[in-house]
Amino acid sequence: MSTLQFIMDNFSQVMYLCWEHIWIVGIALLIATPIGVALGIVITKHEKFASKVLNGANILMTIPSLALFGLMLPILSIFNMGLGKVPAVIALVFYSQLPIIRNTYTAIKNVPPALVDAGRGLGMSRWRLLRELEIPLATPVIIAGLRTAAVMNIGVAAIATYIGAGGLGVYIQQGIARVYPEMILAGAILVSLLAILVDGGMALLERIATPEGIRVQRKLSR
Amino acid sequence: MITYDSITKIYGKGNNAVTAIDDISFTIPKGEVVVFLGPSGCGKTTTLRLTNRLETLTRGNITIENQNIMDLDVVQLRQRLGYVIQAIGLFPNKTIAENIAVVPNLLRWDQARIKQRVDELLEITNLDPEQYRDRYPVELSGGQQQRVGVARGLAADPKILLMDEPFGAIDPINREEIQDEFLKLQSKLKKTVAFVSHDIHEAIKMGDRIAIFNQGKLVQYDTPEMILTQPKNKFVSDFVGADRALKVLGLMRVSGIINRKPKNIIQGADRAQAALHFLDTKESRYGIVLEKNKPIGFVTQKNLKYEEGPVRDVVEPYPIFISEKTTLRDVLSSMLMYSTPTFCVVDEDKNFIGTVTYNDIQKAVKASYADETENVENGVSS
Repeated sequence: MSTLQFIMDNFSQVMYLCWEHIWIVGIALLIATPIGVALGIVITKHEKFASKVLNGANILMTIPSLALFGLMLPILSIFNMGLGKVPAVIALVFYSQLPIIRNTYTAIKNVPPALVDAGRGLGMSRWRLLRELEIPLATPVIIAGLRTAAVMNIGVAAIATYIGAGGLGVYIQQGIARVYPEMILAGAILVSLLAILVDGGMALLERIATPEGIRVQRKLSR
Repeated sequence: MITYDSITKIYGKGNNAVTAIDDISFTIPKGEVVVFLGPSGCGKTTTLRLTNRLETLTRGNITIENQNIMDLDVVQLRQRLGYVIQAIGLFPNKTIAENIAVVPNLLRWDQARIKQRVDELLEITNLDPEQYRDRYPVELSGGQQQRVGVARGLAADPKILLMDEPFGAIDPINREEIQDEFLKLQSKLKKTVAFVSHDIHEAIKMGDRIAIFNQGKLVQYDTPEMILTQPKNKFVSDFVGADRALKVLGLMRVSGIINRKPKNIIQGADRAQAALHFLDTKESRYGIVLEKNKPIGFVTQKNLKYEEGPVRDVVEPYPIFISEKTTLRDVLSSMLMYSTPTFCVVDEDKNFIGTVTYNDIQKAVKASYADETENVENGVSS
């Protein structure tokens, strides 16, 4: 109960930190999505880069977040941006790449070859084929990738507080430092809640973005 | 018209090179359906895909209406050639109308014209526009989807249609129906059609000519009749099957062998004994009974022997009548089914036109093979 009390007492600060958290994750996702989707599409057309790009994204993912912040620190310090939101957003953009690229790649690859063939045979340009067939069919899976990235980033963003990025991690970090369990719990619970909410929201988006014809197909095959 | 001039397609390089098409030349005349037929891997599909440059030629030339396809922009070339593949080729995220409108949209027709064209195409492919326009492909049966596939290929009214096993994924009953519809359509539209099939029945039915492929070579290019009656070598005769004679019957129609003046015609009002005497003089065991020039059945001498009244009292009705357009295959089937060696041919108003007998059919088949027997004999002696 005292955790709830803590949240009530500091409501405006809680709201601010929540907003900050969402802001970091949101901006990172906005930057990561076009990069990841574009890369994912490019490697479906240039197979020889596919494994390289996917491996690269995989390696990025394995770097622990604190280590990544540490690595970026000296580089970004040159521009006087070693601490704060900039390195946090950059790290989140990196981490988002694997789920986004991989899902985009898989989704485009999974468009039945017969359909692509039909499109080409009818005289659709590569671009047109992407726009009218491949991307619409791939969208739900691409959004599922974004969903994974978003949920994961909410967790990583909580750690970014150590480089002064703000967000709900502040409560966790300071709570630990002050041995203040209510504060730690408030931070942890709010981060979790945020993750659950975003997950639900993205699930909804996934459903909305599914082309109607595919939704009908699923309904019929059930 | 499509001309293939010594076309060759080789996949891979050096030691791994595989020759998919080996120096093939032939011409598809304007307005004809040519079926590319052969076992899988024979090169028939590759030849089709070379035509709209889904595959790239290694050597040789392909021209459509006297233009080399390599001189044309690839996207424009494909838009000029209607393309129909198996039902799975419909875009699941687009409605039926949107699927049909793909090429018109690429050609930037205005929306009103596209809508009108879509409805027109749905009509001619026997799909009610009101009912199907805004449906999605999955909501349609296989046969209906394939009709949409054909409609999509026809959308921009191309002079040439490339069809890659278009009816392969449909159950046999629907396939027959859709084939018939397509033939009816084709007799009006007169497109130049390249049609890939692995089904000899389909080839005989659909093709004005058949191109038989094997291992990347064109083995025989001929009309269905010639392929059936004069297969060029063992591969073709094996591929065509041991029941070639029956398949030939599928190509021949009653109009070719009809007997318009049979000797054993009796009128329904004739007295039985007079009719019996008449049949005796004509040396016929049975008579065909007409009334007002409509056949009402037949009588045998046995039926008439102890009768006094008019013939019509003892007449045995025919189980079915046939038309001049019926194939001999169907006639023979009916003969076997009803154990009746003679059938009457009637016109649309059931007026008597003539008769077809089992012997006539046998003679016709024999005649169609006469040339082949000669060939074989010559082959042996030379």
